[in-house]
Amino acid sequence: MSEGIGASVRRKEDKRFITGKGKYTDDIKQENQAYAAFVRSSHAHAIVKNIDASEAEAMDGVVAVLNGHQLTADGIGNIIAGWAITSKDGSAMNMGAWSALCTEKVRYVGDAIAIVIADTQEIARNAAETVMVEFDILPAVVSPEKTLESGSPQIHENAPNNQIYDWEIGDEAATDAGLASATHITEMEIVNNRLAPNPMEPRAAIAIYDDAEEHYTLYTTSQNPHVARLLLSAFYSVAPEHKLRVIAPDVGGGFGSKIYVYPEEIACLWASMKTGRSVKWTSDRSEAFLTDAHGRDHVTKAKMGFDANGKIVGFKVDTIANIGAYMSLFSSVTPTYLYATLLSGQYDMPAIHGNVRAVYTNTAPVDAYRGAGRPEATYLVERMMDTAALEMGVDPAELRRKNFIQSFPYQTQVIMNYDSGDFPGCMDKAQAAADIAGFAARKASSASRGKLRGIGYSSFIEACGIAPSAAVGSLGCGVGLWESAEVRVNPVGTIEILTGSHSHGQSHETTFAQLANDRFGVPIDSVQIVHGDTDKVQFGMGTYGSRSGPVGMNAIVKALDKVEAKVKKIAAHVLEASEDDIVIEAGEVKIAGTDKKMAWHEVGLAAYTAHNLPEGMEPGLKEGAFYDPINFSFPSATLICEVEVDPETGVTDIVQFTTADDFGVIINPMVVEGQVHGGLAQGIGQAMLENVVYDDSGQLLTGSYMDYAMPRADDLPSFTIEHNNVPSPSNPLGLKGCGEAGAIGAPPAVINAICNAIGNNNLSMPATPSKVWAALQEVSAQQAAE
Amino acid sequence: MTEISMVVNGKSVKADVPDNTLLVSFIRENLRLTGTHVGCDTSQCGACVVHVDGKAVKSCTTLAVSVQGADVTTIEGLANGDLHPMQAAFKENHGLQCGFCTPGMIMSATDMVARYDAEGKKLDEAAIRDELEGNICRCTGYHNIVKAIADGASKMTNA
Repeated sequence: MSEGIGASVRRKEDKRFITGKGKYTDDIKQENQAYAAFVRSSHAHAIVKNIDASEAEAMDGVVAVLNGHQLTADGIGNIIAGWAITSKDGSAMNMGAWSALCTEKVRYVGDAIAIVIADTQEIARNAAETVMVEFDILPAVVSPEKTLESGSPQIHENAPNNQIYDWEIGDEAATDAGLASATHITEMEIVNNRLAPNPMEPRAAIAIYDDAEEHYTLYTTSQNPHVARLLLSAFYSVAPEHKLRVIAPDVGGGFGSKIYVYPEEIACLWASMKTGRSVKWTSDRSEAFLTDAHGRDHVTKAKMGFDANGKIVGFKVDTIANIGAYMSLFSSVTPTYLYATLLSGQYDMPAIHGNVRAVYTNTAPVDAYRGAGRPEATYLVERMMDTAALEMGVDPAELRRKNFIQSFPYQTQVIMNYDSGDFPGCMDKAQAAADIAGFAARKASSASRGKLRGIGYSSFIEACGIAPSAAVGSLGCGVGLWESAEVRVNPVGTIEILTGSHSHGQSHETTFAQLANDRFGVPIDSVQIVHGDTDKVQFGMGTYGSRSGPVGMNAIVKALDKVEAKVKKIAAHVLEASEDDIVIEAGEVKIAGTDKKMAWHEVGLAAYTAHNLPEGMEPGLKEGAFYDPINFSFPSATLICEVEVDPETGVTDIVQFTTADDFGVIINPMVVEGQVHGGLAQGIGQAMLENVVYDDSGQLLTGSYMDYAMPRADDLPSFTIEHNNVPSPSNPLGLKGCGEAGAIGAPPAVINAICNAIGNNNLSMPATPSKVWAALQEVSAQQAAE
Repeated sequence: MTEISMVVNGKSVKADVPDNTLLVSFIRENLRLTGTHVGCDTSQCGACVVHVDGKAVKSCTTLAVSVQGADVTTIEGLANGDLHPMQAAFKENHGLQCGFCTPGMIMSATDMVARYDAEGKKLDEAAIRDELEGNICRCTGYHNIVKAIADGASKMTNA
C-alpha cells in the first residue's frame, strides 16, 4: 500500500495515545517538584490596595508567595501584542500595560495577582485561598457597545473611551456610491458570540531553573515553542534566549488558545529562579474558562447592496470587536487583517468598506480561536447572502452562483489576491451530495410528522498559509511568518525530519513522514518527525492559521529538494553516471533505464564514510531550509446543513451536514477529513450550543462544563465530506490548509437552515431550543395578527 | 491517612493516602500511571474514566479509599497483549487526534460494549452517541469515534 501523498495512512503517533503512554506536560514530574497556584481577582475591575500573604506564608509546605511588585522589580516585562494596528487617523493603537502579576489594578475576574509555591498542589491551592487582597471595587463594563459610551468605566488610562483603534479597509466613497446605486439593500445587525476554545488538555507549565548553569527549561502546552522562547527572552526578560529551553511535549489540542505566552508561564519561570525549585502549574477547567483567551465577540452593522440582476454592488461593514481586558498576542490582527480582508467572500464585489473598532472590556482577553477572524467574516457575509435572497425572493444558492468569482487570480477590494478556486464546482458537488432535488419531499415528510425542515448554505473562503513575511511586516506584524525544516538522513538511511511546526492533534508525525516516502520511497516507519523542543529544532514559527501544511510542509519539501540533489550527486559519482540520469524510486537510487543502482541506505553510508565522494563535497547528508510563502493559500467550500425542528420544543436536529471542500492537494485524506469533522463540530457548537456569558458586573456565568455547552456526540450528526480540490499555484506542494475550515464554514449554514425551517430570520447564535421556540412564537403571533 | 490496597492492572498496590485523595490522583501521582487524564473539574468530560470491578467510573469523582480492595483497570492495563481490539479500532478509524480524551473514550467504549452484550442490546450509531454523553472530545467531532466504537464492538464480539 502506498504511503505517499494522497494515501490515507494510519497514524504513527497513535500507539502511545491509545495505550496511555502519551506524555503531556502534567504527566511530567521533576525531582523535588514544587507546585504553583495563583491568587486571582474575584472582581472584574478594582484597585488593589493591599496584598496580605502572611497566613499563607506561615503554612506548612508553603515555599513562597510572590507578587507583581517583586516581579516588576526584577525587570520582568509586560505582555505584548505582536501586531501593531494603525487607526484610520494615523494614530498608533492605544495599548494598555499587562503585567503577568497585577500591581495597581485588576481588570477582569481571574486576573493574576500573586503566585503561591508549595510542596504539593493541594497546599498551594489552599494557601492561595488564604491570601487577603484588599480591593477598592470599581464599576465594570462587559458589553463591547457600552464600553465605548461616554461615562463608561475607564479600563486603561491610555485608551480613552476604552477604544484601542478605529481602523478601516477598502474604499468608503466607492462603497457608498455602490450602495446608492443599489435596487435592493440588505441591512443587518449581527452578533458573533464569544466562545471558549476548550482544548481538552488544560494549560500547564513546568519551569526548571538550573542555578549552576543559570539555565531555564520550560515544559509548556504551546503550539509554538520557539515563539514562546522569543517572547519570554526578548520581551519579558525572564531569561536570555540561549539560556532558555522550551519544550512543548504532547499537547492535547490548542485551537489557537495555546499560541500565546500567558502570565502563568512567565510567573512560573521567574518563581523557579526565585525559589530554586522546579515549579509546576496545571490549570483546572474553571481556571481555563476564566483565563484562556476567548474567541470571536463581534457586534456588526452591515449593508449589502444589489443591482436589479442580483449582483452585489457594495458591501459596507461596521464592527466593534471586544478584545477583553488586555491585548493578547494576536488580538489586534484577528479582527482586522484576519477578518476584514475576507469580506469579499467567494463573491465578485466591486466595492467594500470595513470599519473596525477594537475595545477593552472587563472580560478575559479575546484572541485567535480556530478560524480567527475568518469565521466572523464568513458568518457575516453568508448570513447577509441568505437574508438578501429571502428579501429578494430568490433561491439562496442561485444568488451565490450569480455572484461567484469565476476566474483567477482575482484581486479583491480588501487586499487579498485569490490564487485559485472553483466555487461553482464546490456548490455543484455539495448540492448533489446533499440531494437538493429531494429536499421538498423530505420537507413534506417532516411536515407529516409535525416537524419543520430547513436547509442552509454557507459558501466560504479563508486565507491560510499565514503568511508572506514581507507582506505581513508591511501591515504591522512583529515577526516573519515563514517556517523552517531540517532533513537528516542517517548513515543507515533512516530519516529524521525536524520541523518548526508543532503537532497537537494535527497528525504531523504521519503526514510529514509521507512527504519523505513520496520523494524517496522509504517506508514511513523509517522516518521520525522531531518537533516541539527548542534544543532539538532550529527556530520555527509553529502551528496556527492552518499553516503547517501550506508553510511547514513546503519548508520540508525545500529541504528534501536539497537532500535529493546531494543524493543524486553521490550516486552519480559512485555509479559513474551523469547526475541527470539518476532517479530515486522505491528506496533505490538508480541509473535510469539500467540495472545499475544503489540501495537508499548505501547512499547514506557513502555520505558519512566519505571514502568516495565527489571532489570537494562535504561529508554527511543533512539539509535545512526556510520557506517563506509568496501568498496566502485560499481553501474554500460550500456547506449545506439540513435541520429538522420540533415546533413544540424548539429542539433542532441536524439531520444531514454536507461539505464540498477545496483544500488543494491533500496529503492524507483520512487526516484531512478528521480535521474537517472537528472543525464542523466547533462551528456547530458555536451556532447551537456554546456561549461565554458575563453578567453586568463582569462575573463569568459560564465557568464550567455544567454551564458552557460543549458539543457532545449526541448533538452532532455524521458528516458527508466531498472534495473538489484545485491545487494552489502559490506553493510547491499545492496545499491550501484544512485545519480551520469546518469552524469557519459551519455557523452560517446552521443558522440559515434553522431560519429557513422556522420561517423567521431573526435568530442569533447560539440557537438554543429556547431561542428557536421564542422565534417560532414570533411567527405564530405575526400570523395571528394577520 | 488511610491505608488502601487494591489491584491495579493486575498488580496489588498498597499505600497510605490522605482520606480526601481522589482515585485519579492516586493513579496518576502515586502509581505514576499518567494515561488517565483530568480534563475538567465537574465530572463532565470523561478523560478520567477507568474500570472498577469491571465497570466504568470517573476516577476524578471517586475517593481512592472508596475502592478499597477493588480490581481497577486503567488504559495502560486494558490490552491483553499488544492492543485491545477497541484500541486497534480507534487507530484504524482515526478516532483520535490530540489523544487527550482518548483513554477515557476507550475505557467508556469497552464498558458500553460489555453492557450491551450482557443485555443483548444492539449498539448502533444512535446508541453509541447516546452512551458517549459523559465523554467530551474537542478534536474529532465524534464522527470517527462513533465509527471506531462500532468497529471495536464488532471486533470484541468476534474476538
